[in-house]
Amino acid sequence: MSMDVSASVAIIEAVNISKSFGPVPVLFSVSMDVRPGEVHALIGENGAGKSTLMKILSGFHDPTSGQIRLDGKQTPLPPNGAAEQLGIVLIHQELNLAEQMTVEENVFLGREIRTNGFLDRAAMRAEVQKYLDEIGLDILPTDRISKLTIAQKQMVEIVKAVSRKARILIMDEPTAVLTEEETEVFFRQVRKLKESGVGIVFVSHKLNEVKAIADRVTILRDGQWIDTRPSRDLTPDTMAQMMVGRELSDLYPPMHEADVDAQKVLEVRNLTAPGVDNVSFDLRKGEILGFSGLVGSGRTAVFEAICGLSPMESGEVLLFGKDVSNMSVAEARDAGLAYLTKDRKEKGLLLDKRMRPNLTLFALPKFVRNLTIDRNAEEDALKRAIRRFDVRSRDADITVGKLSGGNQQKLLLAKVMECDPKIVIIDEPTRGIDVGTKQQIYHFIAALAAEGVSVVVISSEMPEIIGTCHRVVVMREGHITGILTGDHINENEIMRYAAGLKREELH
Amino acid sequence: MTMSTTSDDGEGKTAKRQSIDFKTLGPAIALLILCIIGFLLNPAFISEGNLTNLLTRSAFIGIIAVGATFVITAGGIDLSVGSMAAAIAGVMIIVMNNAVETLGTGVPTVLLGCGIAVLLGIGAGWINGALTTKGKIEAFIVTLGTMGIYRSLVTYFADGGTLSLNFDIRGTYRPVYYDSFLGLPFPVWVFIGVAICGWLLLNRTAFGRYCTAIGSNEAVAKYSAINVDRVKTLTYIIQGLCVSFATIIYVPRLGSASASTGVLWELEAIAAVIIGGTVLKGGYGRIGGTILGALILTTIGNILNFTDMISNYLNGTMQGLIIIVAVLLQRSDWKLGKN
Repeated sequence: MSMDVSASVAIIEAVNISKSFGPVPVLFSVSMDVRPGEVHALIGENGAGKSTLMKILSGFHDPTSGQIRLDGKQTPLPPNGAAEQLGIVLIHQELNLAEQMTVEENVFLGREIRTNGFLDRAAMRAEVQKYLDEIGLDILPTDRISKLTIAQKQMVEIVKAVSRKARILIMDEPTAVLTEEETEVFFRQVRKLKESGVGIVFVSHKLNEVKAIADRVTILRDGQWIDTRPSRDLTPDTMAQMMVGRELSDLYPPMHEADVDAQKVLEVRNLTAPGVDNVSFDLRKGEILGFSGLVGSGRTAVFEAICGLSPMESGEVLLFGKDVSNMSVAEARDAGLAYLTKDRKEKGLLLDKRMRPNLTLFALPKFVRNLTIDRNAEEDALKRAIRRFDVRSRDADITVGKLSGGNQQKLLLAKVMECDPKIVIIDEPTRGIDVGTKQQIYHFIAALAAEGVSVVVISSEMPEIIGTCHRVVVMREGHITGILTGDHINENEIMRYAAGLKREELH
Repeated sequence: MTMSTTSDDGEGKTAKRQSIDFKTLGPAIALLILCIIGFLLNPAFISEGNLTNLLTRSAFIGIIAVGATFVITAGGIDLSVGSMAAAIAGVMIIVMNNAVETLGTGVPTVLLGCGIAVLLGIGAGWINGALTTKGKIEAFIVTLGTMGIYRSLVTYFADGGTLSLNFDIRGTYRPVYYDSFLGLPFPVWVFIGVAICGWLLLNRTAFGRYCTAIGSNEAVAKYSAINVDRVKTLTYIIQGLCVSFATIIYVPRLGSASASTGVLWELEAIAAVIIGGTVLKGGYGRIGGTILGALILTTIGNILNFTDMISNYLNGTMQGLIIIVAVLLQRSDWKLGKN
């Protein structure tokens, strides 16, 4: 592989790229270049044109005007991922692995090593093992993808790219679903890739991470190129300001004092369920209760058991003083308890349907008159929801899958709120969405609590937990390790409980 | 991305309108073309006698296909319907023949037979549903199994031969297939009734919305407080009920049941559903399309009967070609919509 290591020469350059989808322009004369051995972060709000630019850089979209230069020569990129042969690999946010196949089979998919026409499994396995060892990833080449954690799958994608001699690696929010520990491991790997001369394009909404890992940062806003700067000249705050074009001092709304004597609306006693071991806590009216902990610590499992999404093994759940253990999801909804999933694409929304059926699906019984669905009532509800939650779509008739992540999240919130719950559990309220929408969601959560709705926020983003919650429950390995209030709610404390360094004697 | 890669607004809109029209009107246009071909080949095609005959013949597959639309829309499949029809027909005949001594050969016996048919249809559908949901077995496997079971049961009941309905009961029961009301044979009325109920159920009720949601994404349905197992089981029960209706109007036609009763009905029913534009993997269903699909399949056979150009033995070939072409057209339509 020939590579010009003199840092100033870019491997790939996008020059004055514009792109329109039909009449809708999404990029206006954007330029960006990636040099060997650098991490170039691409940031912007949802809908700023990051995805489109990435897809143009990797050949999945053709630019409407402008050119792509590879090693200084103008090169039209081949479509549909064929640019991989030129060393340009795009790792999609929805990972692109065959779930039922093994790690080895995935890494070599489409370019298997053959001897005499038969697969040389031993050679492939050895090769994959070599890469896994380099990364320090503790899985076997023979493991099936479906058994791996998301972080491990991500690493497999990277192994796959590296084994294909990638010169440019374009990653769409690789850390969105990783825990902080996993992110650290991931960054170590990225640094190694850098040293070997690979140019990396890194898209993230986590600006602290951008600051930590990126060499240069390109900021897009509304399809326009705003700036490209070395990351040492930027702080997360300045980045956020450049992304949204306004001050963001009020990302988190002012917090109302929690009323410690308010009625207990939810009492959980010694709950045990798959992934949950003897968990007890209370939730008061109008309270925002955070659930923190590492991914897999059982936070989601607790509420899936309470809301009837998975079976309870033992314990007791009291809702407004009434024992409601082992409710069905519909019973929980009717009792005023709603769970908003963190997995909006797989569990939250019907991506191939339009907004109306999605909005009303959860509260559908409310829309039934004389055994049939009242479509006018549904339309009215949609209009209200679009106004209340500021859901923006180019066209009311597009399928939900075509909305941006932030708008999907707002629609999902609207869907759950359609049944007027008294208790809402929001799992990862702002995963993969832009700063502007985050701010809207935080304000919305605060407004709900002010109205007397109790909110549980499950989040892996600590600033979010600290910025929005009255009390914070920290979980580790299925247990609650601590419940923090007031000044104790800070990153250090939470991390100690989450990592198991500290443990409170509870009850 | 969005549908509009076309360069100007007007074109984008046209592309969209075309795709919508094509999806909903495609089967209707195909049926119209078939009818014109039929008329050109033999003007007797549009004689009242032939058209009534065509509608009556469509009724069996059509009614079953309405049920299949629910199953398929909710992401399932039922391969057992043909065998189920044969088994229900067999049991009905045995029950009615045995009831002659106590109830006579009049209407009560026939009603008893019909009641049994409905119960069996519901029961068989429930078994398919429970095995797929509670048993967590793929619908394809479950219904492949029950298909074999029901088929062998009817062979066993008939002792390898034919079960014949008592001659006098046949006289009582005969009008259900052969008589007409307002110029339309009873089976056509049943077909119309089932179609209207099916359409209302799928398009206007929460249950229909739930079927679509489950077929589109089962996890989303579960998280949206939908009792997925119950709704899926209900689709199989609706399917069983439709099969029993089809059997009730089919039995008086020949007055018998054998191992060859209802052979390949499952394929014709599924074909009718697919031709009608329902998506095989679920999430999008059209009762109107299914009705047209059933009519198209019957019309092909009818036209072949009318002409010497193509052998009647090639009926299956023509049907097969139509299915494949229909799905190919839907495919290009999807692209048109997506581009």
